[in-house]
Amino acid sequence: MNIDLKIYKLIKDSGIDFITSVPCLLLKDILKIIDDKEEILYLPVTREEEGVGIAAGAYLGGKKPAVLMQNSGLGNSINAIISLLQYYEIPVIFFISHRGEEEDPISAHVPMGKITETLLDDISMRFWNIYSNKDISNIKAAINYSNESNTSVAILLKQSLWSE
Amino acid sequence: MKRFDALKKIIDVIDDQFVVCNLGQTSNELYFLKDKPQNFYMMGSNGLSSSIALGIALTNPKLKVWCIDGGASLLMNLGSLSTISFANPLNLTLIVIDNGVYESTEDQKTHTNRKTKLDAIARATGFESIFVINNREDIVPTFMELGTGCHFILIKTEPENVDVPNISLSPKNIKTRFMDSISKCDN
Repeated sequence: MNIDLKIYKLIKDSGIDFITSVPCLLLKDILKIIDDKEEILYLPVTREEEGVGIAAGAYLGGKKPAVLMQNSGLGNSINAIISLLQYYEIPVIFFISHRGEEEDPISAHVPMGKITETLLDDISMRFWNIYSNKDISNIKAAINYSNESNTSVAILLKQSLWSE
Repeated sequence: MKRFDALKKIIDVIDDQFVVCNLGQTSNELYFLKDKPQNFYMMGSNGLSSSIALGIALTNPKLKVWCIDGGASLLMNLGSLSTISFANPLNLTLIVIDNGVYESTEDQKTHTNRKTKLDAIARATGFESIFVINNREDIVPTFMELGTGCHFILIKTEPENVDVPNISLSPKNIKTRFMDSISKCDN
């Protein structure tokens, strides 16, 4: 089974039943699977912060939501994560493709790529790094932690995951 | 018309249905006029009330969901209009009360004071059911007309705060009682 299908299955099996996203090249195959299978209520959005707001509404409405985005979108979402999700204690699972951590063919990804983990630390959001196929069970661990602590968590999907 | 007077009319129609209300004075006034567990008062994340309402509406298609947003708040999240039209929930009404200023920060003018027309933006993003209300007495008749669908209602008001207390509920309390109310519904 390829990596994208594996991640999809983990998402589905964890009970996540609502997803918003802004696309990233790294996430293209996962997003296609989500869109094609139509097992999860899925809504593409215009900007990541908006996606956080919609996910929060889905949680209030009784769903278990996730947001799929690139790490650049974390910058767009900080205020919503803190003053909406954390302030009201609304748990959302973030799947974040991590561009620009090291060298990146698009150098504009590097400034955000280098501070992504620090930024998550600064907003006290627990995160799990997924570098390769063998780390993939950490996705389950992250979601379990979110369920038990009722907090939002981030799953950082590293570029190396797709270059194995 | 003052926003306070508009809200008095609006709550008569909304009654005990679910509302997401924009932060600041709008939420304070709604809380003062008619607090109920079905009101979700925003306290931060300015601009996101229509997004939160969309999430609730999509996941509970049998519920009627209302959003009371402000003009400047909607300007912060115009993409939301596009996403709402794309999703086209038939149970969501977006009410935008526009007084043309940032009232909470001492009345700096917003862009709707010049050329921006929020109803025209709503139409261009795909909304088909759009109403613009300038007089208080038109609120109830317009609202009574609304059938199933995704509606955009722009209410133009004068900038004038009414002296009401701040909301005394904790954010967790606002969330919990709102979710308890939804879970009791046939949604």
